[in-house]
Amino acid sequence: MLDVLSYPFFQRALIAGILVGFLAGYYGVFIVQRGLSFLGSGLAHAAFGGVALGILLGMEPLWIAVPFTVVVAIGITWVREKTTLGRDTAVGIFFSVSMALGIIFLALKRDYSADAFSYLFGSILSVRNTDLWITGSMVLIALLTWPLWGKWAYATFDRELAVSDRLQVVRHDYLLSILVAVTTVVAVKVVGIVLIAAFLVIPPATSRLAARSFHTMTLYSVLMGVFSAVAGLFLSYWWDLPSGALIILVQAVLFFLFLGYRLLAGHTH
Amino acid sequence: MSDIIRIENVTVQFGNYQALEDISLSLEEGSFVAIVGPNGSGKSTFLKLLLGLEKPDKGLVKVFNKSPQELSPQQVGYVPQFKTLDRSFPAISIDLVATGIYGHWPARISKESRQNCLEALGRVGAEHLAQRPLGKLSGGELQRIYLARTFVRKPELVLLDEPATGIDAVGEEDMHRHLDDYHRETGATILMVTHDWLTARHHASHVMVLNRKLIALGDPDIALTEDNMRRAFGHMGHIHIMERNAHRHA
Repeated sequence: MLDVLSYPFFQRALIAGILVGFLAGYYGVFIVQRGLSFLGSGLAHAAFGGVALGILLGMEPLWIAVPFTVVVAIGITWVREKTTLGRDTAVGIFFSVSMALGIIFLALKRDYSADAFSYLFGSILSVRNTDLWITGSMVLIALLTWPLWGKWAYATFDRELAVSDRLQVVRHDYLLSILVAVTTVVAVKVVGIVLIAAFLVIPPATSRLAARSFHTMTLYSVLMGVFSAVAGLFLSYWWDLPSGALIILVQAVLFFLFLGYRLLAGHTH
Repeated sequence: MSDIIRIENVTVQFGNYQALEDISLSLEEGSFVAIVGPNGSGKSTFLKLLLGLEKPDKGLVKVFNKSPQELSPQQVGYVPQFKTLDRSFPAISIDLVATGIYGHWPARISKESRQNCLEALGRVGAEHLAQRPLGKLSGGELQRIYLARTFVRKPELVLLDEPATGIDAVGEEDMHRHLDDYHRETGATILMVTHDWLTARHHASHVMVLNRKLIALGDPDIALTEDNMRRAFGHMGHIHIMERNAHRHA
């Protein structure tokens, strides 16, 4: 049953799934707890605009999608900081503009097809070594920025209290947005644009149901992200069904199990 | 006693709206100041100026002879309005108290810090709430957790923004007792935005009446005159003064 582990493509897929599960689980707790669940979806669609631009320019889509999505993330954060518009309104505006640009870019490139669609739905089984290095670097950055976890958590809990303790929350907001943007682009390769939002939202939301502290919420979220990626990949192989979709379904099963347990146990928070 | 707060000709503007207009005052170290005024009178903005959360468009703000941005966070304890609190945040009470020590959200609390947190919680009679989730605290219990968070860092200046909102009369009285104790023991300076003039009059050494402009600052009997209240509140002020006098004579 585990003979699939001897295939290099599956080994790469497994490593990619574990790395993306870790990243999405880690950054996702800030996204969910800040009420920005729509952000993952917005950035993923921004990534589509970047991928389309890469295809139009005849360049590696990822190298264009990363800066493109980072610019969009900075734009979303800037609008949120400078206006009184709701958080999801800013995401919604940039999301639609990026998507519209993506469609225009693809229309200009008459002979596109497969490349763009592989990004829309993800293709974890075709992950290359370069993708693994890029994702691994993102995990390294996440680990190196671990000392900032307490500051981001504080600003997530109460922005004003954090500022009163001399925390540079605006600077940290931009940094976090950029890291989430790059993670989203990288994760798009694994689960696709359509499903990445779930990857950033479901494990943190499930861990929120299980955790009593933000620290354990982060830990559970990372563990669930990694577990669901591994379980989803194996199920995908055994049942011969799309891997990205199965990863998300594993996450959804965990979510409803925890939700059912919470409701039965009579907890409301 | 030296001046701990010095404000000179301060104006704060939000777009076309003037939140504070040409305020000048100084406050002595060890004062307990109640800040009263109608909604939208700039009370919270005034506290935020001292915290460095707002910057004046004109004028000078000095706290401990420094600009607020230069202050060490450990010098100031701040109790914000509870309406901003995210009760869905997964945390237990001691986590929030520990932010008073660390200045960030703690991934883990050291043994020494835990002991200090428990002592601060004990001081406000809330040691038994240490492990309780924030989402399961009543308004009065949450108030005590915020006070413990403030006291744990032993600040020289305590700023409270409508701390009695959402708590019952017993909870409010408890809060004032803890504040009075801290004030007496440490000689800290306390500034509290409040709507309750009777309590302000009873606990504060000074009352500041604000309605975008500084209307009065001084001993409660001097500041809380009918004329000042009418200037700040219009007719409502008049009614409250009558109530206060009735209460005093009862």
